[in-house]
Amino acid sequence: MPADTPILELRGVSKRFGAVQALTTVDFTANVGEVTALVGDNGAGKSTLVKTIAGITTMDEGEYRFEGQEVHLHGPQSATTLGIATVYQDLALCDNLDVIGNLFLGHERLGGTRLLDETSMERESTRVLHRLAVRIPSVRTQVASLSGGQRQSVAIARSMLGNPKVALLDEPTAALGVAQTAQVLNLIRTLREQGLAVVVISHNLGDVFQVADRIEVLRLGRRVASFETAKTDSDEVVSAITGAKSGDEQLPIGDEADASNGATSGASDVEVNER
Amino acid sequence: MTVSDLDPRLIAEQPGLAGAWQGFRRRLAMGELGSLPVVVGIAIIWVIFQIANSNFLTAGNLTNLVLQIAGLGTISVGIVLVLLLGEIDLSAGAVSGLAAGVMAVLNVKHGVPGWLAIVGALATGALIGLVQGFWTTRFRIPAFVVTLAGLLAWQGALLYVLGSTGTINMTDGTITGLANTFFVPLDAWLLAVVVTVAYAAAKLWERRQRAAAGLPVPAMRAVVIRIVVLAVLLLAAAAVLAADRGLPLALVIFVALVVVFDLIIRRTRFGRHILAVGGNSEAAHRAGIKVSNVRMVVFMIASTMAAAGGVLLASRLFAVNQSSGASDLLLNAIAAAVIGGTSLFGGRGSAYSALLGALVIGSISNGMDLLGVSSDKKFMVTGAVLLLAATVDALSRRGRQAAGRA
Repeated sequence: MPADTPILELRGVSKRFGAVQALTTVDFTANVGEVTALVGDNGAGKSTLVKTIAGITTMDEGEYRFEGQEVHLHGPQSATTLGIATVYQDLALCDNLDVIGNLFLGHERLGGTRLLDETSMERESTRVLHRLAVRIPSVRTQVASLSGGQRQSVAIARSMLGNPKVALLDEPTAALGVAQTAQVLNLIRTLREQGLAVVVISHNLGDVFQVADRIEVLRLGRRVASFETAKTDSDEVVSAITGAKSGDEQLPIGDEADASNGATSGASDVEVNER
Repeated sequence: MTVSDLDPRLIAEQPGLAGAWQGFRRRLAMGELGSLPVVVGIAIIWVIFQIANSNFLTAGNLTNLVLQIAGLGTISVGIVLVLLLGEIDLSAGAVSGLAAGVMAVLNVKHGVPGWLAIVGALATGALIGLVQGFWTTRFRIPAFVVTLAGLLAWQGALLYVLGSTGTINMTDGTITGLANTFFVPLDAWLLAVVVTVAYAAAKLWERRQRAAAGLPVPAMRAVVIRIVVLAVLLLAAAAVLAADRGLPLALVIFVALVVVFDLIIRRTRFGRHILAVGGNSEAAHRAGIKVSNVRMVVFMIASTMAAAGGVLLASRLFAVNQSSGASDLLLNAIAAAVIGGTSLFGGRGSAYSALLGALVIGSISNGMDLLGVSSDKKFMVTGAVLLLAATVDALSRRGRQAAGRA
């Protein structure tokens, strides 16, 4: 594939749930060595888009390209096989197992005697956590005793065991403290440096501006704006999220939206796809 | 992974013996008591009964004690597995009775050889477990309800199988031999030595493997202490058993089952999956574990173990009757698992809790029999001990929560 082909590209994705048009002709791309943030208000269609990428929901219309080839996903397993790892908001960790148990859950390694090969799993766990610069007291610690940031790191590290090419992180910093958030953001940067295409879904624009290279904004099921982080500011993004800029049905609410209204008007380097 | 700038509350165990001791004290303070309370409990119970009746700690009575707990403990091993899933099996007592009934009818009324009748009993248990597990997973009915229905149904089935006979006495050597065979005293000593050597070899080999892989290894002295403790325990047991009738086959069967299932739980993929389902079944499902299959197999194992326990109990009694597997058998089996330290909430526990819990319940029952206490008081005391054990569990859970390890 040519160097400039996005590793993951969705074109014109539409999805309807009964009476709700969750996604309307949405385009989305993710590039190697880049962090793409997917932002939007509640109900904007972020989750549906992520589930579509992860193969959990199928799209009604649209094209799914991976490494330049059109692919058709049949369930989450085919996304994993392609090399797309997803870390969900609720982490899905077993509190009663240790870090190794969680990292290898469902993919336990067996030794010659059909017993678990703890030595090999412990070595690999230590290696992966070290590579991701994750700090935990011991890989033998029960996950229940880890902090929120450490749990998030373990969940991300688990998705890295399959050597994926794309990492989808759903609200990785939600409910984390300041230090823990910094820890997870560092981990996201590490993933980018190691050549992954990282997609981060987040509500927290502060975090988004810290790690993302590109920001894609969804609103009411449409991709309404796409920013390069370096060339925008949070007011601009907020107005795209709330729809304050285009002056459509939603009126600006409060001072913040008013301010962003003014800030956006002069922006020329922003690609805005209002329809 | 650097150890520096870590949260000091989470610091890993320091190397060396002092580190191991510190770690032990820290776990204790945080409510991770493991099997310590129940071991202390057994010691207290034994001292009390020994003071009350000097016959309690004699070789003969202790041999009786292990014979008494073999059947109950075997059923309890299956209960431990079900509890690890976060489920419950209320049919275990009835299944043990029905399986014993099937064995007795096959052997006595139909002339089936003893070993085949035993296989028939175990197969009955496995089939029942499969049906109950299927019903629970396929129709998503709580196991509590499905196995409650089983409790009633299998009790009825036992009455049906026994027919008008009521009681079937067994004389088949294979069947009665299970609970009435004793290996010569020398075998007890031999087994103690062999097991100790095997354990030591496994521990040292594991330590070498870890060292070769560049992983942290436990302090050599800590390993040696573990081996010595095990050796002392096994040799003491061998000495007691050798002083009476010898090593009972029933005890060998029971303890072997405990050891094997402990290995399955801790060291196999299937065991890991049981713990995962009990800890967070949604996470297990997302990790690609076939949760329904794990549940079904565990229910099958639990009912098979119940059947095995029923066979041992019938063998000891030389008979199967209409009250086989009834009365307090089920509740004692569940109580043993909980007293032994297996959580009712899933994901935490060990096969050894069946052994330790059965020892507690067996000791109380045996001791009060020696003292001639009537069964009304026995029930009340056993109930109080169960409540005490559950309270210790709840308090240690609170300790874990306070330490952020819930």
